[in-house]
Amino acid sequence: MQKLVIAATAALTMVAGAAFAQETIKFGYIDPLSGGGASVGEGGLKTFQYLADEINAKGGILGRKIEVLPLDNKTNPQESLVQAQKAIDAGARYITQGNGSSVAAALSDFVTKNNTRNPGKEVLYFNYAAVDPSLTNEKCSYWHFRWDASSDIKMEALTSYMKDIPAIKKVYLINQDYSFGQSVRADARKMLGAKRPDIQIVGDELHPLLKITDFSPYVAKIKASGADSVVTGNWGQDIALLLKAAADAGLKVNWYTYYAGGAGGPTAIKQTGLDHQVFQITEGFANSGHQPAMDFEKAFRAKVNMSLWYPRAVNEMRMFKAAAEKANSLDPVKVAAALEDLKFEVLDGGEGVMRKDDHQFFQPIYISSFGKLAANEPFDEEGTGWGWHLVSKVDTSKTMVPTTCKMTRP
Amino acid sequence: MLELIVISTLNGLLFGMLLFLLSSGLTVIFSMMGVLNFAHASFYMLGAFFGYQLTKWIGFWPALLLAPLLVGAIGMAVERYGLRNTHKHGHVAELLLTFGLAFAIEEIVAMMWGRSPVDYRVPALLDFPAFTIFSTNYPAYKIFMLAVSILIFIVLLTVLKRTRVGLIVQAALTHPHMVGHLGHNVGRIFMLVFGVGSALAGIAGVIAGPALVTQSDMAAALGPILFVVIVFGGLGSLPGAFIASLVIGLIQTFAVALNGSLASAFGPLDPSAGPSVLTDIWNVTIAQVAPIVPYLLLVIILIVRPMGLMGTRET
Amino acid sequence: MNAKMTSTPTSKIVDTTVGDGLRFYGIWLAGIAVLIVLPLIFSSGGSLTSFSLIGIAIVFALSYNILLGQTGLLSFGHAVHYGLGGFAACHMMNAVVSHGWPIPLPFIPLFGGLGGLAFALVIGWVMTKRAGTVFSMISLGIAELVASSSLILRSVFGGESGISTDRTSLPKILGLSFGPQLQVYYLIAFWLVISAIAMYALTRTPLGRISNAVRDNPERVQFIGYDPHVVRYIAFCFAGFFAGVAGGLAAINFEIANAAYLGAIQSGLVLFSTFIGGVAFFFGPILGAILVTYLQLGLTSVTGVWQLYFGIIFIGIVMLSPGGIAGLIMMHRPLVRAGTLPTVIPSYLLAAVPTLALACGVILTIESIARTHSGQGSPINLFGVAFSPASPVTWASAAILVAGGFFVARLSWRRVGEAWDRATTIARDRGYLA
Repeated sequence: MQKLVIAATAALTMVAGAAFAQETIKFGYIDPLSGGGASVGEGGLKTFQYLADEINAKGGILGRKIEVLPLDNKTNPQESLVQAQKAIDAGARYITQGNGSSVAAALSDFVTKNNTRNPGKEVLYFNYAAVDPSLTNEKCSYWHFRWDASSDIKMEALTSYMKDIPAIKKVYLINQDYSFGQSVRADARKMLGAKRPDIQIVGDELHPLLKITDFSPYVAKIKASGADSVVTGNWGQDIALLLKAAADAGLKVNWYTYYAGGAGGPTAIKQTGLDHQVFQITEGFANSGHQPAMDFEKAFRAKVNMSLWYPRAVNEMRMFKAAAEKANSLDPVKVAAALEDLKFEVLDGGEGVMRKDDHQFFQPIYISSFGKLAANEPFDEEGTGWGWHLVSKVDTSKTMVPTTCKMTRP
Repeated sequence: MLELIVISTLNGLLFGMLLFLLSSGLTVIFSMMGVLNFAHASFYMLGAFFGYQLTKWIGFWPALLLAPLLVGAIGMAVERYGLRNTHKHGHVAELLLTFGLAFAIEEIVAMMWGRSPVDYRVPALLDFPAFTIFSTNYPAYKIFMLAVSILIFIVLLTVLKRTRVGLIVQAALTHPHMVGHLGHNVGRIFMLVFGVGSALAGIAGVIAGPALVTQSDMAAALGPILFVVIVFGGLGSLPGAFIASLVIGLIQTFAVALNGSLASAFGPLDPSAGPSVLTDIWNVTIAQVAPIVPYLLLVIILIVRPMGLMGTRET
Repeated sequence: MNAKMTSTPTSKIVDTTVGDGLRFYGIWLAGIAVLIVLPLIFSSGGSLTSFSLIGIAIVFALSYNILLGQTGLLSFGHAVHYGLGGFAACHMMNAVVSHGWPIPLPFIPLFGGLGGLAFALVIGWVMTKRAGTVFSMISLGIAELVASSSLILRSVFGGESGISTDRTSLPKILGLSFGPQLQVYYLIAFWLVISAIAMYALTRTPLGRISNAVRDNPERVQFIGYDPHVVRYIAFCFAGFFAGVAGGLAAINFEIANAAYLGAIQSGLVLFSTFIGGVAFFFGPILGAILVTYLQLGLTSVTGVWQLYFGIIFIGIVMLSPGGIAGLIMMHRPLVRAGTLPTVIPSYLLAAVPTLALACGVILTIESIARTHSGQGSPINLFGVAFSPASPVTWASAAILVAGGFFVARLSWRRVGEAWDRATTIARDRGYLA
């Protein structure tokens, strides 16, 4: 009896396997879709769905269409693992996630264990926004690929720009008290010290994550320190409230930020009236001037009714297609091998490369400022009438940072 | 140094008064009805969003009047159709009802206005720096917030302690049957008190909305600290809440201003020992722990003096 | 504050005849049988994960009920013990691997329990000095302190990414690697049974009894020579221990422990589960944990506003049935015994129709608003019928369902009340109801 059941199951699986070839490629999207982070998570979901539609309209990957599975993780690492299991049950062999380095660390760990325990059912994890450097250093995994520039790469690019601005003399660091904020602060100290030893770090602040309602005490400290520039990795309400308090107190400094362009950020900057005093480091932005990117932005805005927050997501999906076609297979093991050292023309122009040593993608990085738009800059943000303006472009070669990753390869 | 002290004192005062504006309604409800209202911060959030919406339609000043009335009406409905029925099951049930309400309100607000911050601005009339100290501007709006807080404190204290209405309300809490026999409608008194408390939260919302960020998680961010204020000050004591707000505002602001850590006081630890709990504690700065100081205060005061700073009873 | 809260579960052991004893063991054995058979029926990875999570949630909710239901202590920070238990288990697992100790995985939850217990021992004495609001507020403060400290003490808690571990590298026992989720499920089920029996036994000890007394009337407990403070402290320690066991199980399941374990959300969830299930009966939190975990896992894939439904369900339970689901079920016990249950069944069925219509109307309203505002506009699938959120038909049917459902439901529930009165009168006459 038991043998019969096994035989029947095996036969069924084979039938299912044959049918599977015509089925869609399930692509698990794990990010917050409810609760506090939902606005960010939904933006990402719309982006990936748009990109999947774009690829599907051109015939999909190797003749199969991509289907994005939205999975809500409530920004909670444990919940993310449950959702990842759900995605695998639904047949997903590729998952993507971006919000929260703690989630990313848990997912990377989960995928690695899953792949060693279930050979033949490997899963790849594409990271599009979690920037903690440890994910491609001491905690690196063969099954994890990151398209966003990690926070040390961004700092490398930012300091390359700052070293040529003689007006910067006193820098104040203010960051959120968790691993990302701490890595921003440590990198800023190290890299500024190496490139511009004459710059004085007049303050180095860590504040609790998303708990401060009134930043005026911090602004008072910045003011007292006499800083001319502030470097911050703050995101969400921590950047909005910080800028608001600064504008209220009449603090005149330049803000070098990672995430001032996040959801709600542009609205807050416009409210404060800090015209071209807030800078952002990204791998691309709406007014970059590269025609294909501007065309993409226009079509994207027209369809999804939001600006493209994640140019890296475009690179991710297009490179996924390129790698699968290079390997001529959708087997995650082969796609992973094909992704290594894959060179790719990124959305905003210039060549990027997925480094084999740590699975970190390197690409040109832009520094832009937010304020009134020039005539050739068509895109504003969040209906404010203000937008991002190109300040400096840092080439891929100048963003290469060393890695300590010792990767276990299958 | 003097600059930092003066500015920190001012900032602490402003933040403390904002806390008082928020906790006054909570403490009124508690002192009158003995209900710990977990949804209070949610009423504050409703106030902010109503204020934002009405400002868009009819301007800030009418909104300042209308939005709290709306919030108060919602509060009265909650008391009439929710809390009054739960009252017979005890205070835990009442508390849990407000707990569930907080959940629901947050989601409703997110549903109506989205999860991103809304563009709620300071009215043009008050959008100028009131004065400048050590080249730091103080916006007129913050001074306005300060004035409103103090005004509310005085009015509340006078009404409760000096008027006939206040006496009846206080009596209704301790001796509801006696007050009922004297011909007052106790149910209606409770409903009004809850409405007034909620409306106070609504005022706080309308006023604090433009100064802080108006978004759907603002209630969750401020909820716990309000409990710290009213418990620290003494449950049900209005002057206690006033003092506690100031103390917590000042302590938090000054803690932020200080950079000291054990490492800076006694020199760094031997790095060869490697990372341990000790190095974590050794290197943490006072500024880093500033936001958890209130909770530390809460725990200490409850252990040492469970009725709080100026409270008269424990529960 | 807690005098009115609950009635003691004495009714459960009033007359322990042989038949009742058999039935009592029968229920436990049936429960164990269900635990064994369940994964054989639903064997997908996702359902195994769900069952594992439900098992953990049950242990956690039962431990919480030692405080809330049995001792009358409303804690807002029970997740602290759960989280510390999780961290203790993770550190223990890593230590076992690095030192080569001969401790196999199934013993790890014990260390989680010890972690939870250790913190309870340290902090409990000052916390339980007073009951009521003071205790609740201290627990709130402690919860915030521990959650914030966990991000500062990085060497122990690993910052926000937490401590990860590998359950398969521990010494093997009975040839089990505990890599597959199925083995982890059975490990959790095993600990669930052990903990549930232990916690049930606890309610039958003199300590369990005196805890009930402390909840209902601390002064009288004092008069008969017990110190309520000591009783509360001991109960608190037991609750901490079993919460730690649950945390240890969670650490094994996820192979990671982080600050999310300790947070206010986790504390809120356990309060939800326990209260919705019903605090007055031992099996209440079990029902609550199953329902809440299931909803939490299931609702999120159906709707984005699951939190709102959570709030509504919670408000509904608090207002309509403060005894929770268990309270509702146990209300019918005297009727079953008196054989008058059939009197009320027809009226229930009758009332179910408009009530369901009302619920559908509310769901339709909420979903249309939510989906129109979020700009998704994806159709609402209600029992196989698709509604477009923007169409007037949807709005009209929602309005009709809500208004009509409410009106008819009111009438039909009045009939339920009448039927109920008849049934209870007869039950009283036959001596099954006081």
